[in-house]
Amino acid sequence: MSLAGHPSPPSFRRGLSPLARLGLLCSICLVMLIADIRFGYLEVVRQVVSVAIHPLQRVAAAPVDFLRNATVYFATLVDVQVENAELRRSQVEAAQRLLRFEQLERENAELRGLAGLSQAVALTGVGAEILYDAPDPFSRKVILDKGAHHGIRGGLAVVDARGLIGQVTRVYPVQAEVTLLTDREQVVPVQIERTGLRGVLAGSGRGELDMRFVPVGTDVQPGDRLVTSGLDGLFVAGLPVAVVSRVGSGDGVFLEVECEPIGRVERAVQVLAVGRSEAPPPRPGAGRAAKGEEASEAGAAQ
Amino acid sequence: MQPTHRSNRILQPARPWFIYFSLVAALVLTYIPTGRLPAVPEWVALVLVFWCIREPGRIGMMSGFVFGLLVDIGQGAAMGQHALAYVILAFMANGLSRRVLWFGSLQQAAHVLPMLLVAQAVMVLVRLAAGAEFPGWTYFLSSLSAAVMWGPLSFLLMLPQYQPVERDDNRPI
Repeated sequence: MSLAGHPSPPSFRRGLSPLARLGLLCSICLVMLIADIRFGYLEVVRQVVSVAIHPLQRVAAAPVDFLRNATVYFATLVDVQVENAELRRSQVEAAQRLLRFEQLERENAELRGLAGLSQAVALTGVGAEILYDAPDPFSRKVILDKGAHHGIRGGLAVVDARGLIGQVTRVYPVQAEVTLLTDREQVVPVQIERTGLRGVLAGSGRGELDMRFVPVGTDVQPGDRLVTSGLDGLFVAGLPVAVVSRVGSGDGVFLEVECEPIGRVERAVQVLAVGRSEAPPPRPGAGRAAKGEEASEAGAAQ
Repeated sequence: MQPTHRSNRILQPARPWFIYFSLVAALVLTYIPTGRLPAVPEWVALVLVFWCIREPGRIGMMSGFVFGLLVDIGQGAAMGQHALAYVILAFMANGLSRRVLWFGSLQQAAHVLPMLLVAQAVMVLVRLAAGAEFPGWTYFLSSLSAAVMWGPLSFLLMLPQYQPVERDDNRPI
């Protein structure tokens, strides 16, 4: 090594040579990468260290928080009035739908009781705000201002006022990371509302979504609405997800179905994390932990 | 020691606490949630390269590994992604440390830029191999902006070393 910082050069070389150290550290890194990306073994380490570095992150986020609050404070009166008018209108619409919904829910509970079916699942919801985009440029994720302390759990569906926008994939004590629908690794089991056909919807990484494994000859039309099927045991059934925008002939086996998300995936601010209030019943033959990738398998298995 | 080969200015030795303080400060700068803003320099990589060149006996691959992991966890990236890139970066910077200091600030930046690009390329390769999407060529702009920051940053980080041991108005240091 160089002489910098040493009073005199060491007469005998101690320790490993730089090349050997490079090899050693690189192999440690590769093992960690595989353990983290492929198997998710290092979540515990990540949680512990993230608690330790949280003060540093708070310090770093302070100027950004200040800017955001300042822009909210200085929003013009006109913007607020326009927004208020829109909110009033949508509230009236929502109130009407809510009235009908309550009646339907009562009717549904009665019919379920008559038919001897199990009651519909109870839901929990946590309102949250999207703080900022996650800094990792290789994925499409956002950070929520609520975490494990507020009842956010991994796997919850995240919706805005219009529809599904993503899924909670990592929970910290006071923050949570949401993978957006448009991320390439985010897969949602869906159902076409009109025909009841089930399938999986995957992000393409470019902004639109692809419905995968739809056989040629299936009845899919542009304009069809996709809702969550709830088959993964994580998502609630019936959340609006996307609208089919284009149906191509594909490769001769499967159709190429492109969809546009209904929720404002890349622009939402106020969101709700919804999930079942109790754990779903165990699936036959599945002893593994409920995780996002399992959701994709559940969808792909049909 | 001198700032560069041509300089006749004599430096004080770098203090270990200042080295680690600057690395932690760079970590805080990296944690600023800038979202999708392009061309934000990777401060930790830049400061790491600086100290790997200036103090190769103290700062090297192990520091790169530790600070890389801290960046990984803080940014929610794959664990080991930045660590791997920074270990390779520190190896290159340590190896070139005795050469780079013979040049002026601009040429030093020209040495640093390819090293930062290699580190970013390592990260892109790792994530693409794991199935992530390509973030676009603007991703590499952050190395360019980091190289632009090399001159001002090295002046700033050497400021404590420029201070004279005792103040003497007749001496030009």
